[in-house]
Amino acid sequence: MGLLNYFRSSRRGSASVAKERLQILVAHDRIERDSPSYLPMMQKELLAVIRKYVEVDQDAISVNLEQDGNQEILELNIILPEHSSPKQAVGS
Amino acid sequence: MTRIIVVTSGKGGVGKTTTSAAVAMGLAQRGHRTVVIDFDVGLRNIDLIMGCERRVVYDFINVINGEANINQAMIRDKRCNDLYILPTSQTKDKEALTKKGVGKVLDELSESFDYIVCDSPAGIEHGAKMAMYFADDAIVVTNPEVSSVRDSDRMLGILASKSRRAENNQEPIKEYLLLTRYSPQRVKQGEMLHVDDVQEILSLHLLGVIPESQAVLSASNAGKPVILDDKSDAGEAYADVVERYLGQELPHRFLEVQRKGLLGRLFGG
Repeated sequence: MGLLNYFRSSRRGSASVAKERLQILVAHDRIERDSPSYLPMMQKELLAVIRKYVEVDQDAISVNLEQDGNQEILELNIILPEHSSPKQAVGS
Repeated sequence: MTRIIVVTSGKGGVGKTTTSAAVAMGLAQRGHRTVVIDFDVGLRNIDLIMGCERRVVYDFINVINGEANINQAMIRDKRCNDLYILPTSQTKDKEALTKKGVGKVLDELSESFDYIVCDSPAGIEHGAKMAMYFADDAIVVTNPEVSSVRDSDRMLGILASKSRRAENNQEPIKEYLLLTRYSPQRVKQGEMLHVDDVQEILSLHLLGVIPESQAVLSASNAGKPVILDDKSDAGEAYADVVERYLGQELPHRFLEVQRKGLLGRLFGG
């Protein structure tokens, strides 16, 4: 019985992990769904401009539009690479 | 006034066809003239689940293409006089479901039926979109499992934006959550999402919870909607679903682990 309980308790919580992951995912999906249709295109063009100067990844830029009361906040987040890392990746 | 109900989910294998068959039969049993339409062109299923696969002569696509009239294609259920089945084609392409063609068939059926149940294919492709487009009500079938819940949420987005009601600025489609394959035992052990969690994530009106049940497979093996198995847990749960859809307020059942009898405790482990 003790052993059985041990296995049970080790599994406990996988449902709560599922709930947590889903809450984040669904909230994210919904923001994307409700955001204006020009956002993906804008993100692409912004990325192209930035890439003229710095080499950044596709995922290194995130554009977020949030509704806060009667104002909308456009949040632009770009992660610039460390100087050495891209070169290392290309090199040996 | 006819109501068009779409049974949808996004994810496959969650119980759309089982639900379509059960709900359609339940509505017809209660005296409402009901037709259930298979929108899964190329992979027809509803005729099998309803047990009328050998009576199919013409289908939904034949009617859209003008090769048969609606009365030639519909199959009257042998167990319930108020229930008709409109099977789909197994060979034609799904593009055969044109918006104009589907709309015309639904308009014609609306003249003589109280409820039209549209069994949607999985996915978010053309067939699924056609099944949703004309709907008044949507039953979103979901399993207590991450990918199913996420897909259901995506369907909600499509229901809200790509339907006739949305395009005409009418009152939006009424959306209901139906949780299927629910195992109270596994929920209790913390291995499965609780019904309240799924409802909270999707924020939908809960139409019912269908427990994981052996009766579902037995029913489909026999070509008999599970709601006809009124001694089974799934059959009773579907009967409750139909009553709730029709406006009755019933408590949700089968959410707790069933207590085992002495024999069950001795041999069930």
